[in-house]
Amino acid sequence: MTNQPLLVTDGLEKSFGGVVAARDISISVHAGETVAIIGANGAGKTTFVNMVTGYLTPSAGSISFRGRDITGLSPRQTARAGVRRSFQIAQIFPKLTALENIIIAEIAAEKESVGLTTPSLVRSRVEAGMALLARFGLESMAQRRTGTLPQGVRKQLDIAMAAVSNPEMILLDEPTSGVSADEKISMMDSVIAPLKSEKATVLFIEHDMDIVRRFADRVIAFYEGTILIDDGVDVVLNDAKVREFVIGGVYA
Amino acid sequence: MTIDFTKDWRNVALLAVLLAAAFFLPSWLRFLLQTALAGGLVALGVMIQMRAGLVSFGQGLYYCIGGYAVGLLAAKAGVAEATLVIAAAVISSVVIALILGPLLSRYREIFFAMLTLAVSMILYGLLVKAATLGSTDGFNVPPVTFFGFLPAQEARGDWTYVLTALLVVVACFLIARYLASGAGALLEAVAENELRLEYLGSSARQAVYIVYVIAAAVSGLGGALAAIATGHVDPEMANWTTSGGFVFVALLAGRGSAIAPVLGFFLLELVRTYALDIAPNAWQLILGAVMLAVILLLPDGLWSLVRRAPK
Ligand SMILES: Nc1ncnc2c1ncn2[C@@H]1O[C@H](COP(=O)(O)OP(=O)(O)O)[C@@H](O)[C@H]1O
Ligand SMILES: [Mg+2]
Repeated sequence: MTNQPLLVTDGLEKSFGGVVAARDISISVHAGETVAIIGANGAGKTTFVNMVTGYLTPSAGSISFRGRDITGLSPRQTARAGVRRSFQIAQIFPKLTALENIIIAEIAAEKESVGLTTPSLVRSRVEAGMALLARFGLESMAQRRTGTLPQGVRKQLDIAMAAVSNPEMILLDEPTSGVSADEKISMMDSVIAPLKSEKATVLFIEHDMDIVRRFADRVIAFYEGTILIDDGVDVVLNDAKVREFVIGGVYA
Repeated sequence: MTIDFTKDWRNVALLAVLLAAAFFLPSWLRFLLQTALAGGLVALGVMIQMRAGLVSFGQGLYYCIGGYAVGLLAAKAGVAEATLVIAAAVISSVVIALILGPLLSRYREIFFAMLTLAVSMILYGLLVKAATLGSTDGFNVPPVTFFGFLPAQEARGDWTYVLTALLVVVACFLIARYLASGAGALLEAVAENELRLEYLGSSARQAVYIVYVIAAAVSGLGGALAAIATGHVDPEMANWTTSGGFVFVALLAGRGSAIAPVLGFFLLELVRTYALDIAPNAWQLILGAVMLAVILLLPDGLWSLVRRAPK
């Protein structure tokens, strides 16, 4: 781990009218870490991810990535800076095949060019797309129209699309929600392993503490828009307040 | 839908063969084809925007700009050289689209449709008021020359047909290339999930701007070829009823091939000609019924019959 953190947020705040969805969110994440974000529904987890990825502009505070201030950049600009995300509800192109989804992601990630001169299905893109699908265990889905695929597969594809440009950081919003309990672990295995093999730094929002224990190096617990505790997995999951307000309150 | 247009050039090649053979059609029918090809290019402009989920209800704007560019040069400025007047028609369309594009590319759905309509109706209004340009009557366009050569009266039809067929094939080929390109594939992404596209690092607005300008270019060419074919331009070219016809053809023909709107336009003109003969008062009824049937039975248009094997 280097000394310079990859992502730093300082005093992030977001209010919607009177509702304060996030307050004083200050965290730093180092390259290579896998961080779980836990917290009850409405605790502000998605709001935090939305701020970091440029969908929401913070009411106060700042975000820096690789030492560069990215506060207030658009989703497109943060994506280009190397911060990518997946969504609680899979965001894909449902009328297209899985391979076509990935190819769109490849075209979108290419720098500068508007792509008028190169055919979309140029062999290099198709091969890279198939290789990526294979890494995520989705090669059998390549020619399937994605709108009708099961929710779990769509979410895997969503994550695979975000991983197209080998981003340095990827934020996963509830990757296992909507996936049946006995498939959660294998689903996480199939997405975390390919991300880690490309050395991505991963933040993931998760409600299942078994998953947290298995995949995270560190846990940040949100409670009513603030950070309750930010520490190692065992420390956080055994913390009295976390047990009362986060795990006990909702998951018992 | 699919982003795969890699083989559409084959359809364009087929169109080229068909148009070459059509040279020998009876002249009334070939003339019908020639004007349909011109209009078909505008429907093609509508169709490529539909791939981005956008319906232009004012594509007549560029049809009219292209037509008037040719008309003004040939009738008022004394420049009748085909290459020059056609280039001028395309360039003026592109310039206007480059200016309007940044505004229009911010809008979607009904707002885009209404804005395109509004802009075309402004041009319509201006032309109707322009007494020196013949107001609602428009004006006649003298025959064009080919590198200085003016064909004899009875050969003009042959010359302009060949010119039209050539340029339509070239335009369809270039549009097929565009649809097969990366920029073309992004149109599908704009239609389906703009938010996702932005989060992948690409600009939906830029993709829309590009398709809007390309659509203007091809529609301006259509207008130029129509003016050359009919020897006449009038403000109806920009009227919303004309634009509605282009939308109708684009929907009817489908988005599966660059040649679909061009063939669709001809098919419609044929049906209209015979329907007007057989049942003069039922034309609108037939049109409506055909539209209804296509929307209900073939939501991807008539071309989906050609592209039989769905994945
Ligand atoms: N766009 C919005 N407008 C108004 N309130 C919002 C908006 N987004 C989130 N909130 C509110 O902010 C709080 C945190 O929401 P969210 O970040 O989605 O929670 P989580 O992802 O932890 O379940 C909730 O009270 C939610 O109702
Ligand atoms: Mg959430």
